[in-house]
Amino acid sequence: MAGSDPWRQETPPERERIPFFQRLLDNHFLLLFLGVTMPTVIYLIWGIMEIIQIPIATP
Amino acid sequence: MSITSAFRICPTTGLKVDRAAENLIKVNAVAAVVFLLIGGLFGLSIALSRWPAVHLLPAEWFYLALTAHGFDVLLAWIIFFEMAVLYFASAVLLNCRLAAPRWAWAQFGLMLAGALMANVAVLQGNSSVMFTSYPPLQASPWFYLGLILFAVGALIGCAVFFGTLVVAKDEKTYEGSVPLVTFGAVTAAIIAVFTLASGAIILIPTYLWSIGLISSVDPLMYKLVWWGMGHSSQQINVSAHVAVWYAIGAIVLGAKPISEKVSRMAFLMYILFLQLASAHHLLVEPGVSSSWKIFNTSYAMYLAVLGSMIHGLTVPGAIEAAQRAKGFNKGMFEWLRKAPWGNPAFAGMFMSLVMFGFLGGISGVVMGTEQINLIMHNTLYVPGHFHATVVAGTTLAFMAITYLVVPLIFRREIAFPKVAQLQPYVFAIGIAGISLFMMGAGTLGGPRRHWDITFADALTSFQFSPAAFLMLALNGIFACMAALGGAMYIFVVVWSVFFGRRIGDTEKLQLGPATGSQAAAAVASYGNEGTLKIPGTVTLVGVFFVSFVLYYYVNWKYLAELWPLK
Repeated sequence: MAGSDPWRQETPPERERIPFFQRLLDNHFLLLFLGVTMPTVIYLIWGIMEIIQIPIATP
Repeated sequence: MSITSAFRICPTTGLKVDRAAENLIKVNAVAAVVFLLIGGLFGLSIALSRWPAVHLLPAEWFYLALTAHGFDVLLAWIIFFEMAVLYFASAVLLNCRLAAPRWAWAQFGLMLAGALMANVAVLQGNSSVMFTSYPPLQASPWFYLGLILFAVGALIGCAVFFGTLVVAKDEKTYEGSVPLVTFGAVTAAIIAVFTLASGAIILIPTYLWSIGLISSVDPLMYKLVWWGMGHSSQQINVSAHVAVWYAIGAIVLGAKPISEKVSRMAFLMYILFLQLASAHHLLVEPGVSSSWKIFNTSYAMYLAVLGSMIHGLTVPGAIEAAQRAKGFNKGMFEWLRKAPWGNPAFAGMFMSLVMFGFLGGISGVVMGTEQINLIMHNTLYVPGHFHATVVAGTTLAFMAITYLVVPLIFRREIAFPKVAQLQPYVFAIGIAGISLFMMGAGTLGGPRRHWDITFADALTSFQFSPAAFLMLALNGIFACMAALGGAMYIFVVVWSVFFGRRIGDTEKLQLGPATGSQAAAAVASYGNEGTLKIPGTVTLVGVFFVSFVLYYYVNWKYLAELWPLK
C-alpha cells in the first residue's frame, strides 16, 4: 500500500474467541463422557454402594 | 462407488442425501411401524381387559399381553424409530456420508433378531414377566437374549451416529456448531449409551441365571440397574421428540430457535441430569437411603425438568416468532389460530408438545417427589403418566414427523390426505383420555399390573371407589379411539409407502407455509430467530405454571388428608 511502512510486520487477524460453553457443547465426546459418568456415579454406583451395605439376613 | 451414485440431492431442501443413510432410515422406520402395530394391538387388548364390563383377556393372556405391549412399544417401536432419527440428524442434516454403513446394517439386523426373539419367547407363554421382568420372576433365556441382542444393536447404531459426526467434522461438511436438531439427537444418543449399557449390565447376569449358571439375582440390585435402562430409555425418547419438535417447526414453518444457546443449555441439562429420574421407581424401597432418593429425584431431576420447561417455552416461542414474521401479529394468538392446523405434521407436533407438558410433565414432577409419590406409587397413575409422556409426547411426535419423512425420504406422496389430517386429532384425544382416566383411577388407589382390581378371588377383599371402575371404563373407550387413530396412521403410512404416488427426482415439494430453502436453512444450520416478542407463548407458559403449582399443592393436600400431621 502506498505510504505504508514496509518494515512493519503484518499482525495476523485476531481469531474469534469461542466462549467456554460453546466449546463444551461442541465437544460431543466430552458430553458423552459427562452424560455417562454423571448417572453412573450418582445413580448407579451410589445406589449399589448402599445396597451392598445392607446386612445379609441370617436364619 | 462414485459420489453421484452415493448421494442424491433433495430437490425440495437442496440437502445432499447419502443413499446408504436413506435406506437405513427407511428400514428402521418400517420396522418401527410394524412393532407399533403389534404392540398397539396388545395395548388395546389390555385396555379392554381393564374395562370391567368387557374384561377381554383371561389372566394368563393379560400378563402375556402386558409383557409384549411393553417391549414392542416402549423399546422396539421407539428405538427403531430413534435409529432412523439418528441417521437423519447426522448424515442428512450434516450433508455427509454415513460412517460404517455395514455396521449400521448390523445394528438393524441385531435389533430385528432381538425383537423377534423376545416376541416369540413371550408368545410361547413362558415369559410373561411384564416389561420390568423383576426377579424372582423368570422368563425363558430367549427373552433375555433377545433383549441383549436388541440393546447391543442399538449401541452399534449410537456408535455409527457418533462416527458420522466425526466424518462430518473431518470432511468439513458444516461450519461452527452442529444444527440444533442434530444436537438434540446427540443428547438422545448420549442417554442411549448409558441406557443400553445399564441394560446389558443387568440383563447378562439375568440371562446366565435363566440358563442356570448363576444361582440368583438380587431383586433390589436388579431393580436399581434395570431402571437405569427402563426409565432412561424413555429419556432417549424425550430428547429425540424434542429434537423432532424443533425439526417440524423448522421444516413446516421455517421456525428458527429463539436462542440457540438457551435451547442447547436445556439439552445439556438433559445430558447431565435426565437419567437420574430413574430413581423415582425406587422411592418406596427400604434398601436405599432418603439421601440417594431425594438427591436423584427432588434435586438433580428438577434440573432436567428445568430443561423441559425451557423447551416448552422455546419451541412454541420459535413458532410464534416465525408466524409473527409472516405478518400474523393481530392480538395475542393470531399466530396460533392461523397456524397450519390442517397439516398433520404440525398438528401432531403441537398437540404432542402441549400434552407432554401439561399431562406428562406435571404428573412426572409430582411422582418424582418422595413424599407425594406415596399416594400413587405402583398405582394406575404410573402408566397414566407414562402414556402422557411416551405416547402423547413421543409417539405422537414421531407420527407427526412421519408425514414429512414419507415424502422427503421415501419419495412418496401421502395418500388419503383427509384421513392423514384427522389422524393426529383422533389419536391425541384418545391418548389424552387414556392418560387422564388411568391417572384418575390411580389417584383413587387402583393398582397397576392387576388383571382384576376387584380382587374377586382374594382372601381379604377390598372395595375401591366405584369412580375408579368408571374411569377404567372410560380408559377402555378412549383406548378404542387411540387405537383407531393408530390404525389410521398405519393405514395412511403403509399405503403411501407401497402404493402412494412416486415423487419425481426433480419435483419440489411444499411441506408447509415455508419454502424448501427456508426449511433447509432453519433445520440444517445454526441460527437464532433473534426476537423475544412472543407474548402469546409467555401467556401459555403462565397458564402452564399456574396449573403446575395448583396440581402440585393439591397432591400435598391429598397426602395431608391421608396422613394427618397434628
